[in-house]
Amino acid sequence: MEPTALLECLSSVSCIVTQSSTGLIVGALLFLVAAGLTLIFGVLGVINFSHGSFYMLGAYIALSAYRFTGSYILATLAAGLGVGLFGLFFERFFMRRVYNADVLMQLLVCYAFILILDDVVKIIWGPEFQSMGMPAAFEAPPLFIGGGIVPVFYLYLIAAAGLIALVLWYILAKTRLGKVVRAAAHNPTMTSALGLNTSLIYACVFAFGGLLAGMAGGLAAPVRSMSPGMGFSILIESFIVTVIGGMGSVSGALVGALLIGLVRSFGSIGFPLFVEGIMFLAMVLILVLKPSGLLGKETRS
Amino acid sequence: MKRHAFTKEMALGAVVLGLLLLIPLLTPSRIALDFVIRLAALGIFATSLNMLVGYGGMVSFGHSMFFGSGAYAFALTLQKTSMGIPTAMLVAIVFSGLVALVIGAICVRLKEIYFSFLTLAFQMLFHSIILTWTTLTGGDQGLTGGIPRPPFLGLNLAQTTDLYAFASVVGVVCFLLMRYILQSPFGYTLRMVRDNADRAQFLGINVWRVKLYAFILAGVFASVGGVLMSLFVSGAFPDFSYWTMSGEAVFMIMMGGVNVFLGPLVGSALLLMFNDVITRTTEYHGLALGLVVLIFALGFKRGITDFVLQGWQWLQRSGRAS
Repeated sequence: MEPTALLECLSSVSCIVTQSSTGLIVGALLFLVAAGLTLIFGVLGVINFSHGSFYMLGAYIALSAYRFTGSYILATLAAGLGVGLFGLFFERFFMRRVYNADVLMQLLVCYAFILILDDVVKIIWGPEFQSMGMPAAFEAPPLFIGGGIVPVFYLYLIAAAGLIALVLWYILAKTRLGKVVRAAAHNPTMTSALGLNTSLIYACVFAFGGLLAGMAGGLAAPVRSMSPGMGFSILIESFIVTVIGGMGSVSGALVGALLIGLVRSFGSIGFPLFVEGIMFLAMVLILVLKPSGLLGKETRS
Repeated sequence: MKRHAFTKEMALGAVVLGLLLLIPLLTPSRIALDFVIRLAALGIFATSLNMLVGYGGMVSFGHSMFFGSGAYAFALTLQKTSMGIPTAMLVAIVFSGLVALVIGAICVRLKEIYFSFLTLAFQMLFHSIILTWTTLTGGDQGLTGGIPRPPFLGLNLAQTTDLYAFASVVGVVCFLLMRYILQSPFGYTLRMVRDNADRAQFLGINVWRVKLYAFILAGVFASVGGVLMSLFVSGAFPDFSYWTMSGEAVFMIMMGGVNVFLGPLVGSALLLMFNDVITRTTEYHGLALGLVVLIFALGFKRGITDFVLQGWQWLQRSGRAS
């Protein structure tokens, strides 16, 4: 524990800028993953415990696509598309069968996929750590803002995540598709009685969640080293984000993700070993004091 | 529970214990002994989780917290003090019971998935504390350096055969105790709370208290499993309290069956055997295990013992018909 180091950092602008930018990219990536998780929970009422593996798959697909095409943007899109399709496959052939089973069965199916995907990645891409390297377009010298160092790539990441968040908000709030999805989340039986195909909506939401997680994996690829099993820490963090923000609330996921990102980056200075502990403590407090989360609706019974 | 019925189960336990104690006399192989020691540890752990999941309807994702707390409390007591093994075990049980009292009092108020998440969060918090408190716990290296095993009652637990006998006795006693608790009026109250908490409340049952007692009892038995495991591996490691340990326990009870008392034990035995076989035959351990999990979750949709139970009932019916 080094609380003095944290105080020192908080009293210098350059340190605040550097740590905030790190916190923001962590939060931005986390938001993309958690948004899919919370959307799936909100609409389908199931928790996709293998969501972290979706993220991992995205990162690896991006790696291959980048080596193949040399374009980072294409790589990110390929990751999103590939994982979106995988999400569709996963929903149609596996998850759909356990919607009505108890949560333990859903947990087991996802647990199986976590194990399987880790090994599949090991078989295709190898068990060792891999890195994609920084795309040439971002190899500019870092910016100095208020004395703090901010890599150009970070700005791009934050902008890209922000854009995706905006599109997500637009789709959910303004389009007919969004209305249908919200209706299905609110009352699936009624929606289905009105002649809407809820089964199709479920599949779309799962695919969309996969798309978001895959793009997050692709976006993160240049700044994260990849290894099988990398999905787990982000899964746990997305759980924390989802619970803190309110399960099923996308705007809650945004608040939660930024909060966790900042806690993580500033915490790594003040209490490096207990960063995770702080996050779990926050999760405990939210669950005890307000189980519906910061921005969540009161639970449906 | 009727007295004569439990006498029957005591007798059965004694027979099983006798058979177990015969094994070292028949074969010099250590494989069987190691297997039974691990089975005792994991079987107690899985069955204690099933007290919550199967009998109480409380799906805990954080049960390995108590497996870890038992192992650490036991190993630390032996390393830091000159207490004997029975006292150290008592320390581990009391410590885990107190942890379960505090955490359970908070958790059992919540329902369904929120209960699951809260137990998961507490477990990971516990895991983080183990990792952070390096001076006491050894951090991510775990408690190494071995644990002293002062002989007691003529048992020297540094020897495999003695440890085997000890694990067999502890295992059988724990199973009898858990069976007794689950067949007692308390056990049936717990089932009632699982099936219809509102109705139980109307009948004047304090639901919160019943759930809390079950949570504490499950934590206490899980800690005994942790004690046996720490004796087997001669230390305690952060992985004992990691989410994977809880995940495996969930898989063990689902594979064995949640509706039969011995289901989790069967599941533990299967998982242990399966792990031993696949680590020997393939390096893609996760892929093989994942496929088995999928077959159980999507294909069978229930545990092994549920099939046995069904078959037994079918036999009885057809026997009566003829």
